[in-house]
Amino acid sequence: MSDHLDAMRNFVQGMNQGSPQAVALKLETVSLDKTGAVLKVPYDEKLIGDPETGVIAGGVVTTLLDHACGQAVHTGLTEFKTIATLDLRIDYMRPAEPGKDIYAKAHCYKVTRSVAFVRAVAYDDDPDDPVAAAQAAFMLDSSSGRGFGANLKARKDRK
Amino acid sequence: MSDPTESVQDLLARIPYAQFLGMRIEVAGDEMTAILPFGQHIVGNPVLPAIHGGVLGAFMEMTALAQLLLTEGQARQPRVIDVSIEYLRSGRPLTTFARAEIKKVGRRIANVHVEAWQDRRAAPIAALRGHFLVTPTEPKG
Repeated sequence: MSDHLDAMRNFVQGMNQGSPQAVALKLETVSLDKTGAVLKVPYDEKLIGDPETGVIAGGVVTTLLDHACGQAVHTGLTEFKTIATLDLRIDYMRPAEPGKDIYAKAHCYKVTRSVAFVRAVAYDDDPDDPVAAAQAAFMLDSSSGRGFGANLKARKDRK
Repeated sequence: MSDPTESVQDLLARIPYAQFLGMRIEVAGDEMTAILPFGQHIVGNPVLPAIHGGVLGAFMEMTALAQLLLTEGQARQPRVIDVSIEYLRSGRPLTTFARAEIKKVGRRIANVHVEAWQDRRAAPIAALRGHFLVTPTEPKG
């Protein structure tokens, strides 16, 4: 299990550094253990959603939560599997405070053969005073034995 | 500023995050289409490559906000209360389009559905349903 977690710690670093959107948002994994993942997005003026208040756009929180939930899935598995987001539900409780970094804490609370279920909160200071909360479901082994990304290739029966 | 299309376009131009994504809107008659050109910076998975799921969610959220501003004339930006995002297909390195349908606008809450697609409208890549807190410019009589 700890070997898997060590491998996943390397994997998520690669995921953060190799994903252009994660780089553009400066997403960082603060911790990854069997309880889940904690990620951070630093406050940045280019991510403001409401120019009148300086509050970061809800969309940034959406991306942070999606990214954090995906990484938390790997902490709930015992071996690496490809994953794909099925659905993501987000409740926005309050605006993030302008100038503050936003964190997301995600926990994979159930894994079945095909699906992983994750909960997450986004917060600036205190996880008990969240900015937003998320609930997500992921398909496991999303390439299902085919090559990675096989689902992206055009299927003959579509055209 | 009296033209609603121009005022929404102006607002998007003033929202740093909309500029960061690179999105814009086009209006034909009473139909608004939001457009997200592909760019490296929105890629989530570089191996496939695929657009980040969070970006697709964010794009659809902004589409819903723009549609509310356009058709309802809000005193200020509507607040997002909750969204539920369905991922149907991977976002390939292509231009993504989205259209929003306002299902209901009450005194405080608007229900909006959004669908995003790439090369074929009939093959949507993601959908969003959301509730938004609205503040109409003037009370409806």
